[in-house]
Amino acid sequence: MNRRDFLKLAAQSAVFTQLAPFFTAPAHAAGKKELRYIPEADLNILDPVWSTSTIVQVYGHLVFDTLYGFDKDYNVHPQMAEGHTVSDDKLQWTIKLRDGLQFHDGTPVLAKDCVASINRWGKRDFMGAALLGVVDTLTAIDDRTLQFKLKKPFPLLPMTLATSGSNMPAIMPERIAMTSPTEQIRESIGSGPYRFAKEQWVSGSKAVFEKFAGYKPRSDSFAPSYTAGPKIAHFEKIVWNIIPDASTAAAALQAGEIDMIEMVGADFLPVLKADPNIKLMPRSTPNFAVIRFNHLQPPFNNPAIRRALLKAFDQRAIMSGTFGEENAAFWQPGVGFFSPDSPMTTTVGLEAFTSPRDVKKAAEEIKAAGYNGERVVVLDPVDYPWTHPCTLLAADTLKKVGLNVDIQAMDWGTLMQRRLSKEPADKGGWNVFLTALSGMSNFNPVGHIGLRGNGNDAWVGWPTAPRLEELRQQWLDAPDIATQKKICEEIQKQALIDVPYIPLGGFATVSGYRSNVTDIQLQRPLFFTMTAKG
Amino acid sequence: MLSHIARRLLAALPVMGFVALFVFGLLYLAPGDPAAIMAGDQATAADIARIRIALKLDDPFPIRFGNWVWSLLRGDLGLSLFTNQPVAAMIVQRLEPTYLLMLMTLVVSVTLALPIGVIAAWKHNTSSDRMVMVFAVLSFSVPSFVVGYLLAFVFGLQLRWLPVQGYVPMSNGLWPAVRSLILPAVALGSVYIGLLARITRATMLEVLAQDYVRTARAKGAEERKILFKHALKNCSVPIITTIGSGVALLIGGAIVTETVFAIPGLGRLTVDAILRRDYPVIQGVILLFSFMYVLVNLLVDMLYTVFDPRIRY
Repeated sequence: MNRRDFLKLAAQSAVFTQLAPFFTAPAHAAGKKELRYIPEADLNILDPVWSTSTIVQVYGHLVFDTLYGFDKDYNVHPQMAEGHTVSDDKLQWTIKLRDGLQFHDGTPVLAKDCVASINRWGKRDFMGAALLGVVDTLTAIDDRTLQFKLKKPFPLLPMTLATSGSNMPAIMPERIAMTSPTEQIRESIGSGPYRFAKEQWVSGSKAVFEKFAGYKPRSDSFAPSYTAGPKIAHFEKIVWNIIPDASTAAAALQAGEIDMIEMVGADFLPVLKADPNIKLMPRSTPNFAVIRFNHLQPPFNNPAIRRALLKAFDQRAIMSGTFGEENAAFWQPGVGFFSPDSPMTTTVGLEAFTSPRDVKKAAEEIKAAGYNGERVVVLDPVDYPWTHPCTLLAADTLKKVGLNVDIQAMDWGTLMQRRLSKEPADKGGWNVFLTALSGMSNFNPVGHIGLRGNGNDAWVGWPTAPRLEELRQQWLDAPDIATQKKICEEIQKQALIDVPYIPLGGFATVSGYRSNVTDIQLQRPLFFTMTAKG
Repeated sequence: MLSHIARRLLAALPVMGFVALFVFGLLYLAPGDPAAIMAGDQATAADIARIRIALKLDDPFPIRFGNWVWSLLRGDLGLSLFTNQPVAAMIVQRLEPTYLLMLMTLVVSVTLALPIGVIAAWKHNTSSDRMVMVFAVLSFSVPSFVVGYLLAFVFGLQLRWLPVQGYVPMSNGLWPAVRSLILPAVALGSVYIGLLARITRATMLEVLAQDYVRTARAKGAEERKILFKHALKNCSVPIITTIGSGVALLIGGAIVTETVFAIPGLGRLTVDAILRRDYPVIQGVILLFSFMYVLVNLLVDMLYTVFDPRIRY
C-alpha cells in the first residue's frame, strides 16, 4: 500500500464525527470576497510574454490585458481596443484604444505602450513573429491610436493580437516593455482587472491578487466569455495557495480551507466525486499525451518505422491505463493533431488512430523497414503522476512491435536537459519521450510546436518535414477560415506521412470546487465570471 | 569560555567553506538544466540556449564558483534564477514557519519523551515499560508523512479541530500560528519522541543501578526527586547529545512535513529549488543549514557544562 492508497482508504472510511465546533477552522470570508484557489503549479515567473507555461498565462490574464480577446467559440473581439479600421488594400490597420484604460501604477495606457509591448512579444511568440515578419512599420499615431503598415496583407492580425495558449500579447508600460525579450521583466504592472500583490508573494507558497479599482470593463452587451467581453472582478481578493501534494490539496478542499483546485490528481477524483459539497469539472480544452521521437537518430530517423507505429498505439488502452477506466469521462481516445474543440480540428485521416490496432502488422513493417535491433532509449520521468504510467504503457507497445527498449528513469528536470542532446543514445542522447501538448497550443499550425518540421530549429526531436512547413506558411497567408480549415486537413494528412510525433489521447484537466462557487469558465481559470456565495 | 566560543565559530568558517564548495560541485555535476526547466516543455533548443547565456550558466565551474563566493563575501546570496528575488529575502520569508515548527517539535518531543523514558526505566520489565517501548518502536518506525496524513485525516478532515494544511504567520497572533503547526509538529516529532524515549530509558536504567541512587533511596529521598533530580540530571549528557543530533533529523524531516502540510518553510523552499535546479537558492539554504548545525553543536557543548560541572572548556 502506498501513501495515496493509504489516504484514499482513510478518506473513504468515516470513523470520526465532528465533536467540538469551537475548534473548527475559521469560516469562509463573509460574502465570499476572497477566493482561495490552488493552481496547477507554482507561480515562479511573472512575465507572460516571456513564459508559455499555463500558470504564467493564467496569472497574465489576471494582471494584464490584451488588445483583442477570444470568446468561448474562438471568435475575436476587441478588448483593450475600441475597434479598428483597415485600408482598402489591407496593408494598413489602425487600432484605437478604449478611453480610460490605466495601468496599476495609475498611469494611462497609451498607444506607445502597446507598440513597445507588441514589439517585445513578437520576438517571443510564433504568431507574433509571423505578424512582425510582415510589418513594415508599427507606430503610435497619438495617445490612443496605433497603426500597423504591412508589407503584405495579414488577415489574422486581430486574432494574432488575441493569442492565447502561448506567449501572451500582454500590454505593459513602455518602460517595462523595453526589457530585452530574452530577459524577464522585473515589475508586474499591467492593466488587467487584478493587481498582483508582489509584497505578499511567497514563491512556492502563495500569490495574492487584489481587485484593481481603476479597471474599466468593456460595456459590451454580451456576457464575459473566455478572454473577451467585460472582465468583471467579483472577488476583492484572489489567493493562490500553492499545494504541490495532491492529497493535501484534496483534503484542504474537503475541509473547506480552500474553494477550488485547478487540477485534481486522478487518484483523488473518486473521493471528491463522493463528497456532496464538492463539484468536479473537466476543462473544455484537453491536453494531449504525445510520444515524441528523436528524428536524428536510428531507428526513428526512418519515417517508415514511425509510420508503422501508427498501427500499434492504442489511444484508448493508453488513456485507460494511465488515468483509469473510472475516470473515462475525463479522457478521450481518437484524437488527431489538432484540439477537438479548435475551429481547425478535422477528422481527415483519424482512422489512423481509431481503426483496429494491428501490432503484428506494425512489427512486420518495422522489420521490413530495416530495423536492426538498435537500442531504443525511452526517457521516463517518474516524478510526474501521469507521465510515468503513460510512458510505461507506451514502452510496452514499443516492445510488442519488437523494438529493443531501454527505459531510463529520471526526474523531469533531468529529462528536460537530456532531451536537448542530439547525440546517439549511448552518448547521452535519447530516442523517445512522452509529454503533453497543451490543447490551446494545438489550435492552429502556427503555434503548434509539435508539427514544426524545420529540422534543427524545430522542437526537440528535430523533424525535417518541408511539406509541413510549406502548409504552415500557406495557412498564415490564407484569406479566410474555410481555406485555413482545408489546409489543416492537408496538414493532418501530411503529419501521418512524416509522423513528427504520435498523439496518444486527450485528457482534460479536472478542476474541483466547493459547491458554493459558480459561473466558472470552462476553457481555463480566468476568474472574471466566477462568483461564490458566502 | 568566550574564547572557546570564538574559536569554535572561527573553526566553523572552513567547515562552511568546504560545505559550500562541495554543494556547488555537486550541483555542477548533477544532471538537470534550470534553463530548460525555465523555458518550459515546448521551448526550442535555441530558446534554452538564449536563457543559458542570459543566466551565465555556460560559464566554467571556477568562474561560477568564484563569482558566487565573491558575492557571498559581500553579503549577497544572489538572485533566484526563476523568481529574480534575492535569495536572502526568500530565506528570511521562510525562516519563521520552519523555526517555529522545529521549536514546537522539540518542545512536544522533549515534553513527551523524557517522562515516558523515565517511567519506562523506573517501571523496568513491567507492562508500563513494555507499552512505552511498543509506542517508542512504533513512533520511530512509522514514517512521519504517514503520521502526518493520518493526523490530518483525523483531526483536520473528520474532527475539524485543526487545519489540514497551511501556516498562519505569527503577525496574525501566536495562537493561530501555533494552532496551524500542531499537527505538523506532532507528525515531525513522532520519530523523535521514539528515539528520545529509548535513549532516556536506556541511560536511566544505567544510572538507576548506581550506588548513589541506592543511597538516596536508603536515606528516604522521595522517588520523584530521585528520578528527576538525581538520576535524570546525570543522564543529561547523552540526552542532550541526542537532542542536538536530532536537530539534523528535524531539518531533514521538515522537508517532508512541510510538503505534506503545505507549510511555506525552508524545507519546501529546498525541495522546490532542487526540483527546478535553482542553484543560488539551493546554495543559500544549504549554507544556512550547515551554519545551523555548527551553532547547534556549539550550543550542545555549552549545555554540557551546565548539566555536568565536571566539564570545562
